Amino acid sequence: MLSIKDLVASVEEKQILKGLNFEVKPGEVHAIMGPNGSGKSTLASVLAGRKEYEVNSGTVTFNGEHLLEMSPEDRARAGIFLAFQYPVEIPGVSNANFLKTAVNEVRKSKGLETLDSKQFLKVMQEKMKLVEMDKAMTQRSVNEGFSGGEKKRNEIFQMAMLEPTLAILDETDSGLDIDALRIVANGVNALRDGKRSFIVITHYQRLLDYIVPDHVHVLYKGRIVKSGTKELALELEEKGYDWIKEEVDSSVNA
Amino acid sequence: MSTSILNNSSAECFMQAVDHFRELYGNHLPAQKSLQTNAAAVFTQLGIPTTKHEEWKYTSLAVLAKNNYRTVNPSHNCSLSKSDVASLALTKDTLLYVIENGKFNASASNGHALPTGITIGSLADMAGDPRVQNHLMKHADFSEESLVALNTALSFDGVVIIADAKTECATPIQIAVINNTAGEALNIPVRILVVAEKNAVFNVVETHHSFGVKSPVLVNVVSEVVIAEQARVNYIKLQDEDQNTCHVNYHKVNMARDSYQHISTLTWGGGLVRNNLNIRLDDVNCTSYLNGLTIAKDFQVIDHHTVVDHAMPNCYSNELYKGIIDGHAQGVFNGKIFVRKDAQKTNAFQSNKNVLLSDDASMNTKPQLEIFADDVKCSHGATTGQIDEEALFYLRARGIGEASARALLNHAFAADVIEQIPDENLKAVLLDRLTARLYA
Ligand SMILES: Nc1ncnc2c1ncn2[C@@H]1O[C@H](COP(=O)(O)OP(=O)(O)O)[C@@H](O)[C@H]1O
Ligand SMILES: [Mg+2]
Repeated sequence: MLSIKDLVASVEEKQILKGLNFEVKPGEVHAIMGPNGSGKSTLASVLAGRKEYEVNSGTVTFNGEHLLEMSPEDRARAGIFLAFQYPVEIPGVSNANFLKTAVNEVRKSKGLETLDSKQFLKVMQEKMKLVEMDKAMTQRSVNEGFSGGEKKRNEIFQMAMLEPTLAILDETDSGLDIDALRIVANGVNALRDGKRSFIVITHYQRLLDYIVPDHVHVLYKGRIVKSGTKELALELEEKGYDWIKEEVDSSVNA
Repeated sequence: MSTSILNNSSAECFMQAVDHFRELYGNHLPAQKSLQTNAAAVFTQLGIPTTKHEEWKYTSLAVLAKNNYRTVNPSHNCSLSKSDVASLALTKDTLLYVIENGKFNASASNGHALPTGITIGSLADMAGDPRVQNHLMKHADFSEESLVALNTALSFDGVVIIADAKTECATPIQIAVINNTAGEALNIPVRILVVAEKNAVFNVVETHHSFGVKSPVLVNVVSEVVIAEQARVNYIKLQDEDQNTCHVNYHKVNMARDSYQHISTLTWGGGLVRNNLNIRLDDVNCTSYLNGLTIAKDFQVIDHHTVVDHAMPNCYSNELYKGIIDGHAQGVFNGKIFVRKDAQKTNAFQSNKNVLLSDDASMNTKPQLEIFADDVKCSHGATTGQIDEEALFYLRARGIGEASARALLNHAFAADVIEQIPDENLKAVLLDRLTARLYA
């Protein structure tokens, strides 16, 4: 589904991703962990098509298509969804109107009929239940004045509405209390259907108790330096990242 | 310098035009003859302002020298019919009055079911009425405003709206001002008088349109709005002409005690548009809202000059102007607030916010507060920025195409101005019109 080969990317002339290789198959859940500043959000941004991030070399294919040549909207229409680490506030645009526009643009790109207000409302009400979202939140401007937890829930709500084939969650768990974490995780698990894939970027093992990954990777200094199963996450929780940093740094020095 | 030469010649051309016009057609408003003669003399003295004039620094009228504008013949025949103008009505029940090339077109107008207490008619027909004579050309001071003088000298028709005391009319009264051209450059004076007697409450919509063959036009509108005690007027100007139009608009409001006025100037058409709003809060406890919206592209120049003049105590004014400027377009906002010596306990607020969508777009903003009273609350703020790239990316990352994402953000920014309109039907229609304009 997603295949990243030797990806080198930089922001403001600074190389952040330094030859990253990564493979996701349909239905898989991959967790990416790693210390602050290691390039996790950069990877997510490059995949979503944020233009400040320059790809210097390497390839990314998504269902056989060259992802890096596509506009952000075409990537979304092709089925990629990024739950932002820092969701953006958009004053004056209601959540409902925003989502209706998005859902219908995605449908149009697939040659499907657009939803009218009534049909859209019905779908929205279904998905709202999934993340325990109330009606007032859909009427408010996108993320404006939302608490940290509400913003993250809103990301998952959008994901549920857009039904992507690959969802990338960038620290969706950070800043959530245990109830909010449970709601977010339930939302994600409800969308696991054996075909849809997830890349879950997180700092803490905690989230992975709820969203159980098939693979766990450690990103450090712009590369995947270790991969394993969910036990790797437990080990990281216990021992921290220092042992990995040492391993990598000493092999580089050698 | 070349610009001043251009302007000198355009001034001369217009001065000759004024003389010629008055010779040809005489004075069409006999009751206002001495005012009009006086105005002609003032215009001859002032001429067309150049960019050396402080109030015209950013807005050049040099375009007026590029064409030989003929002032329309007051006895021309109107050609538009009801069906030609039907689509202009903002709402289904709108009382629609048409001014075609400066002349009241009764057969295209559709003032069905006019509520009792409201009189609407041709200014030429009504100019002799004492209620009109009391006000017409007496509020819009032309002694230092050459274009008001030009309009006053040449005015031959327009619309009068008079609402008797206690009249309430929720149905919008719409004046559609249409430039209907056939290739020739025209100078079109338009005059509007609105009188709200004590406790009257109503909505006026003044819309501007281009019909016919694209031609250079100078449309010069002067509106006088007189608001008596406790009367409330909600006034909307929607300017949507083609880009061959040079539109100058002077809007004078005189407010008596306890009165309320709300004016929204929505400008998204016209090549060069200059709006002068002059609101005089002439007695205690007046409330005045001035909102404006510029949506400009290509080489449009859209200029809003406002004066809010607090003469008496305990009044409130609030001003919100927003602009979205694209292409090589230029926006201007100049907001003067006077708080006179007697105007204690004044609350006066002003805000101007703009978004530039291209590197060649520009905006000049100048707030001017002159406060002579000591117990007042006044504030002003101005910002000019670019579209929020983060928000744009967020929308696109959800599958919304770049063009519609931009339109969505621009709509949200601009809708704020229309949301303030104190009439739900008009608000809804104008939000739709805004959508059509932004997604065009
Ligand atoms: N927009 C940006 N401008 C400048 N530096 C950036 C930008 N985004 C990320 N970086 C830098 O790139 C590195 C990796 O950041 P990031 O991908 O956000 O790490 P992570 O998500 O793993 O914490 C950091 O050193 C960060 O400062
Ligand atoms: Mg990050």
